[in-house]
Order: sequence, then structure tokens, then C-alpha cells
Amino acid sequence: MTTLLDPTSERSPGSRELLPRLPDTTGKVIGLLDISKPRGNVFLDRIEDLLVQRGMQTRRYSKPTFTRIAPTELKQQIAGECDAVIEALAD
Amino acid sequence: MSYRLYVKEGCETCQLVVPVLAHLLKHADVTVFSQDNPAFPAGMPVEDDRELEHSWRDGIETVPTLICLDEAGTETGRTVGWDRSEWESLTGDGLDFGLPAFRPGCGSRTQDPGMPERLAARYDRERLHSRSVELADMEDDLEACFDRGWTDGLPVVPPTAERVMRMLTGTRRDPAEVIGAVPPDLAVCTVEKIAINAVMAGCRPEYLPVVIAAVEAALQDEFCMHGLLATTYYSGPMIIVNGPIRKHIGMNSKGNALGQGNRANATIGRALQLVIRNVGGGKPQGVDRSVFGNPGKYTYCFAEDEEGSCWESLAEEKGFDAGTSTVTLFAADGMQGIVDQKSREPESLCRSFAAGLRVVGHPKMVLASDAILVISPEHERVFRLAGWSKQDVKDRLMALLTIPGSELVAGAGGMAEGLPEKFKDRDLPKFREGGFNIVRAGGSAGMFSAIIAGWGASGSSGSTPVTRAIEL
Repeated sequence: MTTLLDPTSERSPGSRELLPRLPDTTGKVIGLLDISKPRGNVFLDRIEDLLVQRGMQTRRYSKPTFTRIAPTELKQQIAGECDAVIEALAD
Repeated sequence: MSYRLYVKEGCETCQLVVPVLAHLLKHADVTVFSQDNPAFPAGMPVEDDRELEHSWRDGIETVPTLICLDEAGTETGRTVGWDRSEWESLTGDGLDFGLPAFRPGCGSRTQDPGMPERLAARYDRERLHSRSVELADMEDDLEACFDRGWTDGLPVVPPTAERVMRMLTGTRRDPAEVIGAVPPDLAVCTVEKIAINAVMAGCRPEYLPVVIAAVEAALQDEFCMHGLLATTYYSGPMIIVNGPIRKHIGMNSKGNALGQGNRANATIGRALQLVIRNVGGGKPQGVDRSVFGNPGKYTYCFAEDEEGSCWESLAEEKGFDAGTSTVTLFAADGMQGIVDQKSREPESLCRSFAAGLRVVGHPKMVLASDAILVISPEHERVFRLAGWSKQDVKDRLMALLTIPGSELVAGAGGMAEGLPEKFKDRDLPKFREGGFNIVRAGGSAGMFSAIIAGWGASGSSGSTPVTRAIEL
């Protein structure tokens, strides 16, 4: 394991920070990413219903296979089209 | 009274003293530490020091080393190599085993290339106070530095404790010494933090004193680093190095001095920028509000070509002697060429320079930016042959750059930009007093010089160039 020395003023936590949360979700476009495990669609269908009821728009995506990380093109597409993304693991 | 003896099997002198050691083990309290093979010397009780912790803590540089300790365990003497009289003096014993009177020792494994900093990182980590950042097993260390926001957009050298320890060998200063508060966060910056960022920038340890001096200069109030970072203007800190250290660390003051290709030039300027970014928290589109920035905000550092010059150096003009190494920080924009291949008389060449300098910022902008004119050897020759001093050149340029207000006011020349009408009847200098400087650098062929314009806020209303001695 590599250990580096922090080059910063150490005012922020050492662990990686989450991206800022959406302050308001109304009207926002939420991507729903199915990682292509069985029943991911069932889970995402229900999530989609709940998001739409709360005034959000949704877009559906799926990874070619759950065994690999999402292709860069797919990640860029989601980043370009959505304000946030929910990734569904299921089985 | 007790003894510690450091040996390694690969050392002929250590092999030579084995009979002496066998004798001493019977008659004195001796602990033997073997650096390479715990089975050497054969048949004797030996402490395994292949990890070199004991050797490092005892500061062993040569094997064999015999250390004598008093009852409290305090060292009272040591001898390196085999010198029979010294060994006899330390042990109070007759040690005539038919050996030669003297044999030099061999290098301790603690002195192997790369080993001192590796051992320092392992056994002296508490000397460093920075937080450890542990990467995940599958994490690429270069990518990890990008992911954590530590880079200027180019890859950095991952700052391991070992590399930082090696960097710190470049200065005599204490890693904990506070150099100042770096804007915009006004975060406390130590020598250690500068060393970490110097590692990341790609510096060699001998560059570190230059980087530290550059940070010190940048943090002087008159340099106005916070404003320089936060401005919408193009500028960033540029470093000019004078004095003997230029040659000691192999800086480029000649062909392509303002360009790529020299490690010291490239990494010293980059290290300063990384300190501003990482320690100060100054990032583009954060507090750095520059509309364009300029390529020099990756790195901007060169040396003056003092040897070939007929003039005093920039540092000498600022009151430093030629034997003192200095950095001068300037709030610099990019570089603008000034080409004149025909002038052979100072007056003609000054007029070319003045025409180029007139447009710094805007042809109507006066008393705003400072500027540095980097004069090439072939242009300097014109002045040298005519016997013009640097001050003569400056005086003539200031005269040529004293501009009638009628050319500067708003609306003049069909341009809305300009000064208020009240300046119409005054003559105004392009540059403030002391705001124009000349250095000599560049390749030997080409009648070109370079104008490095400064931030539009100079002097007391912005940044003043700062020259500072480099402390080793």
C-alpha cells in the first residue's frame, strides 16, 4: 500500500469527499443506472415511480455488464444529461 | 562499560577482525550487529540488523564501527575501520593477533544509494508532521494525486515520505520552520509543506532552497500574492534567479530560457504554484478569478545570464552582491516578443523597445503595469559597443515612454478606452518609478528581446517585485 504525505493545509478531511448534494430536486433530471444484475429493473422501476411523484424527471441507463465498471462514454453521457444519478445494485 | 560493533559479511576488514572479535566476546560485554548476514561472524552471538534500524540510530557510516558505552549506555567513543591502536585504546586490551596495524573499513549499508532517506522515512517519520494519506491497494498513485485535487493539471511525482526526506536533504532548515501564511486561505506553510510540493513538482533536493526563497518572497506583503491570485488579470508569479546557485543547480539562462526543457527552470516555478494551490487553496475558478491566466501559471522561472552581460545583474541593482544568490518575484503576464534586426545604434533600438513597451496592457494604459525587458545577447551588444549602461537604457526608454495626455484620454484615436479628460494636457510616464526592469538572458543568435508585462495593479496599489536572498 502506498502512503503519501498530504501536500495541503489539511483543512479538509483526509478521505475523499462526496460531491455536493443537490439542494433542491424539483425538476431535476435523475439518471437511473441499472448495472445489469437480475431484478435491477424491478428496483429501478419503483425508484422511478417515487422520484416522478416528487417532481423529478428520470432517464434510464444500463451498463453492458455488472462485472466491469461503466464505460467512460456511458459515464460521460450520464454526466451530460443528468443532475444526479442513482446506481442500482440488485439480485 | 560495554561495546557495540557493527559489521557486514561483505566487508573484507570485517572479515579481518573476526579473531579480535572472538577475543573481545570472551573478555568484554560486546553486542555485534550484522548488517547483511545474521550468521556472520560464524559461531558468535549476533544481532540481526538487516533492517538497519540499529545502524541508522547509531549513525553508522562505515563498517566495522566499534562504539564504547559507559554504564548509563552513553557513548564515550568510537572507531571506524580497523586501527589497532584505537581499538586497544577503546577496549583497554592488547589486540595483537598478527593483523596489520591499519585497514580502512567499508561503507555501511545505511549509506547505499537511496538508503538514507528510506531509513529516515522508516525510523524518523515523526520528524514530519504532515498527515499520511493511504491509498487503496488498487489505486494508481499518479491518478490518486489527480483525484485529490493536488495537481495543476499535469501529473505530479507522488510525495512519499521517502521522497520528502530526500528533498529535505536540500536545506539545512528545520522541516517545522514556518515560512509564512499562504493566501488565499492564509494557511501556515512550513518547510516541510514546501518540500512535499517540491517533490510533486519534480524538483531535485538542491532546488529546494530556491523554492523556499520564492515562497518567502511571494508571501511578502508588497508582493500582494492574494490579489495576484484573485485578480481577473492574466498574471501569476514569475521567478528570476541570480547569483552562483544558477550554475550550481544547472539553470538555463541562455537559449530557450523562457521555454521548456530545463528541469530546474521548469520545476522551481511549478513548485511555487503548487504551494499556492495546495497549501494556500488557490485554485482556478475558486479564488483565482483570472479571465485567461497564462501558460506561465504552470511554471515561470528562469535565470539571468550574468556572465555574458556588460551590465550589473538585477540582483546587484537591488543591492545584493554578485556572490549572493537571490530570487526576484514579479507578477507577470505572458511574454511578448520585440523583434529588431536592423538597429545598430542604441537610440534606434530604444525606439523599437519603447514602441513595444507602449502597448503593455493597452497603448493608453499608463502607471498601471510594471514590465521586465529581457534583452538578448545580440541586442545587449548594441548597447555594449556604444558604452551604454543599463541605467542609460532605462533613462532613454523612460523618456521615450513619457506620453502626451492627449494621446491617452478616452476617445483619443477613436478608442473609448483611456484616461479622464483632465489628463489631456499632462505628459505621463508609461511605467511608475522603479516599475521597469531589465535583465539579460537568451540564446546567442537572434536580434530579439522579450517584454514580460506585469499585473495591471503595480506598486502600492498592487504588486511590487520582491528580491530575496536564497538561504541554503
